[in-house]
Amino acid sequence: MGSINQNRQQNALPDFRNLGVMLRILVGVSVMTVAAAATGTHSLQTWIQMWITITAFVAPVTILSLVVLGAAGPWLRRMDYRFAVVAIVIMELAITTLAAKFSSGLLGNTRDTMVRDWFLAALATLLLLGYFELRARALSPALTEARLQALQARIRPHFFFNSINAVLSLVRSEPRRAEEALHDMAELFRALMADNRDLIPIRRELEICHQYLGIEQLRLGDRLTVEWHTESMPADAMVPPLLLQPVLENAVYHGIEPAAEPGTVTVEIRLSGETLRIRLRNPYRDQARHQSGNRMALANIRERLQLHFDAEASLATRAAAGVFEVEISLPYVKERR
Amino acid sequence: MSRGAQRLRIAVTDDEAPARSRLKDLLEDISVTIPIEIVGEAQSGRELLDLLADSPADVVLLDIRMPEMDGIEVAQHLLKLEEPPYVIFTTAYDDYALKAFELHAIDYLVKPIRLRRLHDALVRARSITRLSLDLLQNIAPEARTHLSVQERGKVTLIPVDDILYLRAELKYVTVRTALREHVLEESLSRLEREFDEKFVRVHRNCLVARSHVEGFEREPGEGEARWVVKMRGLDERLPVSRRQQHIVKELGR
Repeated sequence: MGSINQNRQQNALPDFRNLGVMLRILVGVSVMTVAAAATGTHSLQTWIQMWITITAFVAPVTILSLVVLGAAGPWLRRMDYRFAVVAIVIMELAITTLAAKFSSGLLGNTRDTMVRDWFLAALATLLLLGYFELRARALSPALTEARLQALQARIRPHFFFNSINAVLSLVRSEPRRAEEALHDMAELFRALMADNRDLIPIRRELEICHQYLGIEQLRLGDRLTVEWHTESMPADAMVPPLLLQPVLENAVYHGIEPAAEPGTVTVEIRLSGETLRIRLRNPYRDQARHQSGNRMALANIRERLQLHFDAEASLATRAAAGVFEVEISLPYVKERR
Repeated sequence: MSRGAQRLRIAVTDDEAPARSRLKDLLEDISVTIPIEIVGEAQSGRELLDLLADSPADVVLLDIRMPEMDGIEVAQHLLKLEEPPYVIFTTAYDDYALKAFELHAIDYLVKPIRLRRLHDALVRARSITRLSLDLLQNIAPEARTHLSVQERGKVTLIPVDDILYLRAELKYVTVRTALREHVLEESLSRLEREFDEKFVRVHRNCLVARSHVEGFEREPGEGEARWVVKMRGLDERLPVSRRQQHIVKELGR
């Protein structure tokens, strides 16, 4: 459902209702007609005459095409890309045929060049579609990154409002603890909203985790215990920001909060060879209703790992015997000083 | 009306201690203007039912997201009380239920709760929609985790996983666990719809828990032999009707 790959719902076709796209099509077609007119002409005069003749035929076809594409655009963009291309080419051939029929009636044109017109129309269409596809590809990394940022900054509203409520409950009775909690929240949200494109040392990530857990502890008290096994963790290992905190948040949300009994979340971070291994375990009860948020957070982390380390990193989950386990492996990259 | 004279008895339910203490602070502030009495606090639906058995309340403030049983299920069990309290749901963020609440004019408060909102909710508590089983099951169509019966003025919870079979009698349904029998005033066909994942019909008047079926036996009767089902931990055999004989094959092992 809400994965990062929302873009896959739409294919690589451009938005045909966008003014810039229309302009690009018009300019592209004009350039092609100029080039077509240039073939087989010797003087500038015949070139221009030829161009006018071609344009008289091509311009109505182009404008009609823009109207049809504008109308069918949203529908075409939802189709499989290859089918959409075939549909557009067929549409162009139909419009060309229509225009040829009309022009022969209007202008008394007796040229029998239908096959050539079809060929040129299909060629022009494919060239333009190819151009738009290349352009979309050139832009997509930036889009992906923007989306990653947006997802990172997503705070689970449930956590946000419950935390504020917990702090409010302290204001009267324990103002100092309330202050402390507000500081934790401020720092946590600062981390969540920061520019999170670059790797950070894992000790910094653990700080964020502890701030987060400080707030959760306030709400959950004895119900939440976190065990850390970080004795052999290299503190200078570089990791993507917010690698661990969202996994912890999942563990609390799905493992501790719905449980009637107190529970323990175990975090183990160690170096094995040149690979940093992070393993997180939480008690788990099968509850279908709250699963989608979980998948989204994990898919987001997986995708960011891929972006930074490609195939060298992995994230695996296991659920068995009442325990949910997330295991993250990534190459050990040392902090540069 | 006598609202002014009588104190409004309120019970607070939330699994998080800070949320409960926040509510109590607010109620204390409100007690200056409205005569109220906090009868107690509970951190789960089970605790709430125990509390209300001894100290009845007029209004229950009920958190939706709680362990074991969510607030909407708790509200269904509250209906078994002699005089069900008015329920005001509280939630930090729960998109799935809020729309339904608005649709049915059920009162709810969003955490953090403002003093003013709580005050208004308490003032109009007696005029809000009376909850009903139909309404609540409409909002939360998932099967309940417990059934509840009223026994000697107290609501008893029966974990659905402990139930061996449900059998319709004349006007009620018998709920059988390994330990004992309970009498439930609900319809068998509604129970069948709600629990169709866990229970299967073996007879016109009987649903058995799939996970507690031990096996099937042939029992000689007058004329033709008939199938009976044996439940784990129970000596009694339950007849399988001719119509439902296909389940012998489906569950037979």
